[in-house]
Amino acid sequence: MLTTKITYQKKYKVIVVGAGHAGCEAALATARMGLDTLLLTMNLDTIAQMSCNPAIGGLAKGQLVKEIDALGGEMALNTDATGLQFRILNTKKGPAVRASRAQADRSLYHQRMKGVLEQQPLLDIKQGAVERLALVGQRVAGVETREGVVFLGEKVVLTSGTFLRGLIHVGMNNFPGGRAGEPAAMGLSGQLKNLGFEVGRLKTGTPPRLDGKTINYSNLQPQYGDDPPRPFSFLNQTIDGRQLPCFITYTNRQTHELITGGLDRSPLYSGVIEGVGPRYCPSIEDKIVRFPEKDQHQIFLEPEGWNTTEVYPNGLPTSLPVDVQVAFLRTIQGLERVEVVRFGYAIEYDYVDPVQLKPSLETKLIEGLYHAGQINGTSGYEEAAAQGLLAGINAGLACRECAPLVLGRDQAYIGVLIDDLVNLGTNEPYRMFTSRAEYRLLLREDNADQRLTEIGRKVGLVAEDRWRLYVEKVADLNAAEEKLKNIRVGPADKEILARLKIEDLQNGLSGKELLKRPGIDMTDLKVSAVELKAFSEEVLEQLEIAVKYEGYIKRQIEQVERFRKTENVAIPENINYDAISGLTAEVREKLNKVRPLTLGQASRIRGMTPAAMAILSVAIRRV
Amino acid sequence: MNRDDTITAPATPHGEGGIAIIRVSGSQAENLMKLFFRPSSKYSEIYSHYFYHGLFLNEESEPLDEVMAVLMRKPRSYTREDVLEIHCHGGYLSMQRILETFLKGGARLAEPGEFTLRAFLNGRIDLTEAEGVIDIISARSDRAARNAFRHLRGDLFKLLGNIRSQLVDLLVLLEAYIDFPEEEVAIPHFHDFSHGALSAEKAINELLGSFNVGKILKDGLVVLLLGKPNVGKSSLLNRLLGEERAIVTEIPGTTRDTIEEYLSLGGFPIKLIDTAGVRDSDDPIEVEGVERAKGKITSADVVLLLVDGSQGLTPEDYTALEFSHGTRRILVINKQDLGAVALPGDLLQLPHVNVSARTGQGFEKLQDLIIEQVAPAQGPDIGESVILSSLRQKEALGQSLESLGRFKAGLKERLPLECLATDLRDAIQSLGEVTGETLSEEVLGRIFSRFCIGK
Repeated sequence: MLTTKITYQKKYKVIVVGAGHAGCEAALATARMGLDTLLLTMNLDTIAQMSCNPAIGGLAKGQLVKEIDALGGEMALNTDATGLQFRILNTKKGPAVRASRAQADRSLYHQRMKGVLEQQPLLDIKQGAVERLALVGQRVAGVETREGVVFLGEKVVLTSGTFLRGLIHVGMNNFPGGRAGEPAAMGLSGQLKNLGFEVGRLKTGTPPRLDGKTINYSNLQPQYGDDPPRPFSFLNQTIDGRQLPCFITYTNRQTHELITGGLDRSPLYSGVIEGVGPRYCPSIEDKIVRFPEKDQHQIFLEPEGWNTTEVYPNGLPTSLPVDVQVAFLRTIQGLERVEVVRFGYAIEYDYVDPVQLKPSLETKLIEGLYHAGQINGTSGYEEAAAQGLLAGINAGLACRECAPLVLGRDQAYIGVLIDDLVNLGTNEPYRMFTSRAEYRLLLREDNADQRLTEIGRKVGLVAEDRWRLYVEKVADLNAAEEKLKNIRVGPADKEILARLKIEDLQNGLSGKELLKRPGIDMTDLKVSAVELKAFSEEVLEQLEIAVKYEGYIKRQIEQVERFRKTENVAIPENINYDAISGLTAEVREKLNKVRPLTLGQASRIRGMTPAAMAILSVAIRRV
Repeated sequence: MNRDDTITAPATPHGEGGIAIIRVSGSQAENLMKLFFRPSSKYSEIYSHYFYHGLFLNEESEPLDEVMAVLMRKPRSYTREDVLEIHCHGGYLSMQRILETFLKGGARLAEPGEFTLRAFLNGRIDLTEAEGVIDIISARSDRAARNAFRHLRGDLFKLLGNIRSQLVDLLVLLEAYIDFPEEEVAIPHFHDFSHGALSAEKAINELLGSFNVGKILKDGLVVLLLGKPNVGKSSLLNRLLGEERAIVTEIPGTTRDTIEEYLSLGGFPIKLIDTAGVRDSDDPIEVEGVERAKGKITSADVVLLLVDGSQGLTPEDYTALEFSHGTRRILVINKQDLGAVALPGDLLQLPHVNVSARTGQGFEKLQDLIIEQVAPAQGPDIGESVILSSLRQKEALGQSLESLGRFKAGLKERLPLECLATDLRDAIQSLGEVTGETLSEEVLGRIFSRFCIGK
């Protein structure tokens, strides 16, 4: 094929390929850092598309969103502006596993993000499908589009989502596509393979979308959000959008029979699909095969927006043939006459093993090339956005010739996420869970701003308004703590003691000591101590956590200190593992593959032994 | 490896030497000396590099051993930190008790080669010497971990693995409930938790109770003495032990039950089992003894098959030979002092040695043969590694118990699930330090296989 290439005259500092959740954060970050940025997307009308569930947050994901917000990212603000149901999950299971979750209006979510991108100075948005990377030696120099345009840029952030050689399955039919109704990107992964990247195949799926007009809600149990809804962003105090309920229904035996009957035409069970799917998000056919003893599975019917009748049936991803989809849906209570507006499907796509990344998300093979989102084998909008933000920040820092920002496992879920990816890799779509974080008690939603705002400020993403709010909150916290210490309740304060249900008090107690007692919380204390009423809910909540869980938090901080000791020992980049005597061949191979930057990172590689760690620590100290 | 804390370990290879040295290095060395050493003549201050005579006391100020203590203040020491050396009587018991006391006093057990590592890091030794350390570290710990005492470690690992697995199951319930609030995961039963914690606690306590020297020896290599009555098994046992332990008579069948004794050969903890003589008898007690001996054969690492070299083989010898078929055997041809007759050539295909239990002739070779049989190509310091790794395991078990204690207290106080999960996780992690397993993926794996997760 004869092509004429045109080199676009404007030269960019950073080019971001893909405008999903990763790409948007990456492009906003570099532009806000003051760097000329180009955001290239196949389709301007699917910017920040929620390809699956129109929901943001949830366990560990809510924490990610708050972290993105504290660092100056956009996801939380975008959710607050377009959310139609907000809930805080796990309110009774402990302070660190509380998490925010919101349903958003799919269409508005896209529109608002597009608007933010458009208004961002130094950011150009263009429609174009990237076919190849432009390289100079082992360095990236820009990208080439299918339209024959070469864009030059010093750094490239690749956020390809499910588009790399995407293959959509509906029943036994399959066809190339990056998402329903959109073409796949066929060229790029071949080039990456030729460059030496290890490319693997993953699978994910999505449920059919239903016509809300054909759903009978009258006998279904509604699920309302919290009242009042609490926003994600530390910048927001309230949520203005009208709140909508979801509805709960269940599959039944008849549903399961129909699904079982359709398995012979399931691409999943007939061996057509090769990619590995996520264990935590199985298709409905998978659930029925693997847990045959369950008589029913819960389904949430979620509104897709204020101005649409489309409904997302959460819990029903499927790639069964369309006739089976319709048939089994109509066995479910409330869906007896349902019409499907978009059919469910499975999609297989290429990902690039993230062990080939540095902790900055820059690839080890190609200088200046960063990967973020599903290309790294993750799943989830929040995971993608978190990586996009960090890839953007690090591309920006590299343009400024500054050291990359690497968040620790003790600092942020983002740190856990990237550390897991670059050290362990993944062979199924990787999703964040709170149980992945060993310092979970420290990585809470409520303190995400204290953990990360200063870092965001240093990078240049935290604007004046956010900074001011943060400084005020810290000052308030200190003041409130002081107040709490100074509150004294003695045996004479009969009324207060009665209210707090304390009998036989011998000596006086401080407010802090009172709060430490089981059964007494900040609300109880506030009634008796007027001086606390001046402080915001957030401040008092955080103070309460700090006091009530002091012992646990202290122990975890001690663990972190031990962890930091090896974490801060750098391994020279040019270290020759083959020249270190005493290492086994297996350990040597792993070290050569991952090439850890610190002793701590090395210790987390699968298969590292204490003996190998001892040898390594001697070896690097003599370099 | 943390470089700020105070570490301790035996400095002498373990064996049957008369004196053992336990070394302590770090800022707490002097403190530990003040805490646990009572000099026989009072001093107002401790001089560096001076030997003091006195008693080593445990944490309850009971004397453990008569020792010499020397404190070497930094930087004039092996590690360039404050170093304390306790010279005590050789043998497992004394050494282990002193080590345990130091651990209770706040010292940490040194990793293999850590003294030398510190010496290197503090500039005390140069590169070539450090290279030597690398070889030692890798050689010793790998050997200790993989080869030595496979069955002993196997049992321990299995036990620990079971406890750990039960705890992981509990954690899975907690974590599934925490991480998947929108799924239909049932609320965990507090009863299951207190029950699970109690049973784990009990199992760990049992294991901990067994972690004294006697037990290490008891669980050491099993060497079984087998042969017809009066072939000299008891004499051989006594000779190996260096004491008159078993009853030695000229009357056949005096040892009617099995006798178990513990000793150390070249640093190896060994359990020596003396059996009733193998012979055809009508005495029910003796028959019972023979049956027991047969039962023990299967659990033995090595069988010492005794024959009377002065008399030639009898049918009873062949019975013993048959009993021990399929085990690792050493043919011990005893009573060399009474003369020697020729034995069948096929019998001499077995590893064999001529000895006299009465005079001690051939015993050095016998000991070498035993070691060769149980641990081919192992170095002499393997016993030390085993003691060390046992202590490390004990430390880890102690930590696990501590976490379980907090877990139980948290259950009572109705602390949030997340706090409970933290303690449970710590408890499992400590066990994992022994078995070398990490957690996070495992928990997720079990959650997904057990609960139908996925919206």
